[in-house]
Amino acid sequence: MSTRTIEIMVGLFVAAGIAALFMLAMKVSNLATYGGDEGYIISASFDNIGGLKVRSLVSASGVRVGQVTGIEYDSDGYEARVTMSIDPQYDKFPTDTAASIMTSGLLGEQYVGLQPGAEEEYLKAGSEVELTQSALVLEQIIGQFLYNMAEEK
Amino acid sequence: MMLLFDKLQSLGHSSLTSLQRLGRGHVFLMQVLPAMEGMLFRPGLLIRQMYSVGVLTLLIIVVAGLFVGMVMALQSYYALVDFGAEDSVSVMVVLSLLRELGPVVTALLFAGRAGSALTAEIGLMKATEQLSGMEMMAVNPIERVIAPRFLAGFLSMPLLAAIFSAVGVMGGYLVAVELLGLDAGAFWSQAVSNVDLYHDLGNGMIKSAVFGFVVVWIAVFEGYDCVPTSDGLGKATTRTVVHSSLAVLGLDFVLTALMFSE
Repeated sequence: MSTRTIEIMVGLFVAAGIAALFMLAMKVSNLATYGGDEGYIISASFDNIGGLKVRSLVSASGVRVGQVTGIEYDSDGYEARVTMSIDPQYDKFPTDTAASIMTSGLLGEQYVGLQPGAEEEYLKAGSEVELTQSALVLEQIIGQFLYNMAEEK
Repeated sequence: MMLLFDKLQSLGHSSLTSLQRLGRGHVFLMQVLPAMEGMLFRPGLLIRQMYSVGVLTLLIIVVAGLFVGMVMALQSYYALVDFGAEDSVSVMVVLSLLRELGPVVTALLFAGRAGSALTAEIGLMKATEQLSGMEMMAVNPIERVIAPRFLAGFLSMPLLAAIFSAVGVMGGYLVAVELLGLDAGAFWSQAVSNVDLYHDLGNGMIKSAVFGFVVVWIAVFEGYDCVPTSDGLGKATTRTVVHSSLAVLGLDFVLTALMFSE
């Protein structure tokens, strides 16, 4: 086989490999939605975060607006402190926005849901969300339910 | 008593032989790596090896990737449909392809298709004294024969793994959307929201580069180090496939434990 044909085939092979990488990056990974570094950071404290993890979704009205960037335990306030990076195009959350930890589906992943309030001023980098609602822990609910059942009898 | 000593001797002998081979393998690697710079002046050698190592392996990779993706989609559909979570089929398919099946199955096929061919080719060159002939003509066989094959294998593996995963995702898409009638939008959006560029795709590519390095190292070393007879050549080729497959599976565990433990 001539050198030219071999070189063309190798060129095709390398191009196909790079195209495959590109397709995987664009089509099935989060490259297109990668705003993690440029977003502004806000934080919120929760009594209980349930199964929330770093890189969990932050959404408002069901639309992805950012992601969780850090979770740590605040030993002064005895609370879990969640930092979130919000994509820069969503910069109009009023300062009385409420953050609650919700579950997608019955057993699905947990995410932070933001419900905008009515204030005139908006959250900016470093702001803290004051109104928070903890995760619903299934075991606690079942425990309460059983306890109530026993009391009624 | 004599029998015990015989057994002990054979045990000691075989341990020493394997240790020696391990040492020779590393010395060999140290000779090959500096010889890479010769490739800068003769890129034609590399291109030719990329053809025989990469391009000729493409067919089996594409076919295997397509079917692995299709089977993954079917199996995860059957498992997930009971929980009403059939929209997650794409997550299952894409994550297992990018993290595990892409790098590992590609490396196993690569060892079988390209690794064995490399060993046989280099071993035959040694048996027919072509390598000694080169040395007689003051041509360094490591620079002229081994280094291009090594680099070609190392470069081809990540490309092949990427192609395998991409074709696998398309196979999964065919089965999930066209055959099982899942929603195409949910297929892609579920994948996008659950697959991370660096954590999943990036680590998968690192894995495949490591596997490529190990497989091609074992393959060229076995060829270069083989006993130059037809029997020795056969054994060397077998060893290439067995050892590199075992190395890939073992390393996969180590790499997975390092990369995906949070």
